[in-house]
Amino acid sequence: MRQVQKDCFSMRIRSVGGQIGAEQLKKVYEIAQDYGQGYVHLTSRQGIEIPFIKLEDVETVKSELAKAGLEPGACGPRVRTVTACQGSAICPSGLIDTSALAKELDARYFAKDLPHKFKLAVTGCGNNCLKAEENDLGIKGGMQPVWDKSTCSLCGLCEVICPGKAIIVSKGDKGDGNLVFTQEKCTNCGKCVKSCPVGAWQGKAGFLIYFGGTFGNQIAVGKQILPIIFSQEKLFSVIDATIAFFAKYARPGERFRSTVERVGWELLEKELLEKELLEKELAETVLPEMELAEIVLPEQK
Amino acid sequence: MHNRDGFVDITDVVCPITFVKAKIAMEEMESGKILEVKMNDGEPIQNVPRSFKDEGHKVIQVVKNEDGTYSVFIEKDGL
Repeated sequence: MRQVQKDCFSMRIRSVGGQIGAEQLKKVYEIAQDYGQGYVHLTSRQGIEIPFIKLEDVETVKSELAKAGLEPGACGPRVRTVTACQGSAICPSGLIDTSALAKELDARYFAKDLPHKFKLAVTGCGNNCLKAEENDLGIKGGMQPVWDKSTCSLCGLCEVICPGKAIIVSKGDKGDGNLVFTQEKCTNCGKCVKSCPVGAWQGKAGFLIYFGGTFGNQIAVGKQILPIIFSQEKLFSVIDATIAFFAKYARPGERFRSTVERVGWELLEKELLEKELLEKELAETVLPEMELAEIVLPEQK
Repeated sequence: MHNRDGFVDITDVVCPITFVKAKIAMEEMESGKILEVKMNDGEPIQNVPRSFKDEGHKVIQVVKNEDGTYSVFIEKDGL
């Protein structure tokens, strides 16, 4: 980023999922000491910038960064830094391996030229530490729960922790207790599965995708227009189709949200469906065969 | 209401002391005994029972009290 001070740049460094190696951090330290003003700025997208790099030193700094496996970050109309929380590899609440997914997304899409900036983020669960809905495309870990009656102790914990009030436990008097699960109210947060003391709730982790979030000059919350997706391959197909849609329909300098609002959400849905993305996926959504609760399924459209 | 061998009220503390207070009470119990933990709605009910699960203790029953708090009955080393 060009600074207000003449011929000075705040050197943005490419980062993925907010992680940087200790050796790399040492290199950043050296550059900040030798070519900057001895400090760094932590960006809003989990990156590092080294301010006050002089124009004449830019190429030297780039080669110094390269020695530690670092390179400048992206600005301008292209795919930006992929942000991520620590996910299931570290966090007890995590439902998906966000760091690994962020690396894969970075490898596939980073700095890809588009009509405007395009932000990707991965958050591991409904706690939403990485704010999926603020991004042009945000991914949130989710879970489809399945209840096994034979294992359940009817303790009632899942009922009280369910944010969607999708679970009603009737304890019963003489072993006639039951549990009613309303699929339509389920937010796929996975809390029932994480908390169940006897493992009666089992779940399959997947991806919830939010489209068209933006949180700058224009404020808009990303929308979830597809059901939970379980395969990573399918996830990449959806992202490929979304980016292709943006490249195809956007006017130059138009943000993804504005494009979708202008040409219509229906068209985005249609193009995603046309790729036969959903048919297979919906087939995979069929619940595993277990002794099921009285499951109330959403009404067919 | 379930029988209990011990009781702790964690409605007067906030995270991270909620689980610490509950955990100390559990440490004073013998294996197989039931501890009643009274906790607030929200973060405590979301997190404290799950933390007990991670430490091998089993939630037996959850009762909603009239004042909006919960009483969670937990068997020590029940998992």
